[in-house]
Amino acid sequence: MPQIAFTGHLRRYLDISTAEVSGATVGEALDGAFRTNPRLRGYVLDDQGALRRHVSVYIGGLPVLDRQRLTDPVTDSDQIHVLQALSGG
Amino acid sequence: MVDRLWVGTRKGLFEIVRGGNAWEVAQVHFLGDPVTAVLGDDDATYTALDLGHFGAKVWRRQGSGAWHELAAPAFPPKPEDAADDPHPWSLGKVWVMERGGVPGRLWAGTMPGGLFRSEDSGASWSLNEALWRMPERRQWMGVAGGEQPGIDSVLVDPRNPEDIRLGVSIGGIWASRDGGASWGIINRGMYNEYMPPERREDPITQDVHRLARCAHHPEIAWCQHHNGVFRSEDAGATWRELTAIRPSKFGFAVAAHPRDPDTAWFVPATKDECRVPVDGRVVVVRTRDGGRSFEVLRSGLPQHHAYDLVWRHALAVDQSGERLAFGSTSGGLWTSEDGGDSWTMVEARLPPVAVVRFSGA
Repeated sequence: MPQIAFTGHLRRYLDISTAEVSGATVGEALDGAFRTNPRLRGYVLDDQGALRRHVSVYIGGLPVLDRQRLTDPVTDSDQIHVLQALSGG
Repeated sequence: MVDRLWVGTRKGLFEIVRGGNAWEVAQVHFLGDPVTAVLGDDDATYTALDLGHFGAKVWRRQGSGAWHELAAPAFPPKPEDAADDPHPWSLGKVWVMERGGVPGRLWAGTMPGGLFRSEDSGASWSLNEALWRMPERRQWMGVAGGEQPGIDSVLVDPRNPEDIRLGVSIGGIWASRDGGASWGIINRGMYNEYMPPERREDPITQDVHRLARCAHHPEIAWCQHHNGVFRSEDAGATWRELTAIRPSKFGFAVAAHPRDPDTAWFVPATKDECRVPVDGRVVVVRTRDGGRSFEVLRSGLPQHHAYDLVWRHALAVDQSGERLAFGSTSGGLWTSEDGGDSWTMVEARLPPVAVVRFSGA
């Protein structure tokens, strides 16, 4: 099963840790994490279900391409990283 | 008088308490997080954060207990026929929160212009679809600092919770007399100097920086507008410009005396294209005669190379009408115990101040 890890910045607001999730796409994998922690959804996705503008998700070291519908495929061996994009001051 | 003051800043929410004869920072909440709105009384305090990466959030605490995160207002799925909507169907930030006049009811004004209502003390929120789906709403324009239009003021008539006024920057003043089931634009008498002549007096082009109303005489309303200050004696329908204001007519904030319908305060800045105090001197301006004349109040305020700008939600008055507070983009925080005649600096170097509000106000 793919493994999903979250930026430490999110631990400021949420009790989260690296998790194994099921799913064939990055959207399905994230949904698995949201089922465990419903508040997490609003931190990663916007109202329309797209990745927040300043959140990045990497699969196997590459950023996801479909930030709107999250259809990028994932495999059981993939590592998914949810990061904050660099911004702000 | 109220002895607790909330100060929301770019880097946290400061709880300021008056002990003895001085205001002091009692506690810092959400240190490091941008605060965009606060609403509190002895029972509960609400605050909205605008987390740079992770979106807008709303938190509540009961009394002086621990903070708990609430559901944030969220827009419904964007329908296909809204593809040409110039504004996003996604919460930018909560810009103002107000009590709705009935137990449990709250209103939240947001960027990009959605109005949300909660009937369960913030546990859940619903978009006011009547306002959001009006074709005219798409004519609202974005404002500096946000790039999206925003509802900056929500005035609920203390006598009738169904009677509501909204100030929109940029989009005029909207009224509902049926609790939000229907809306109409009402403002007449304002003008926007920078618009093409044929649109200058169009109500929907008016940039309403901030509205305030007299709690005991709710038909009396005041507006700090992009092009000057205005007063209404018919709950926002018609407006008269107050041309006597000095040293300038540009600014963001206004506070209305809770009982005296002729008293209000403003904090002018030089002008649109130079958003600093006139001559580097921080002043508060007060009228006590309905806007016919203004006093410039400067006792206790910095008068030498001070470039503090006061944003639209950063000037507050308590229920007494004697106690005031304001905070600036340079991190200054001042209070007055005598209606603005004299001021005391509470802190000089807070993060940039977005909102100042007395508990219970």
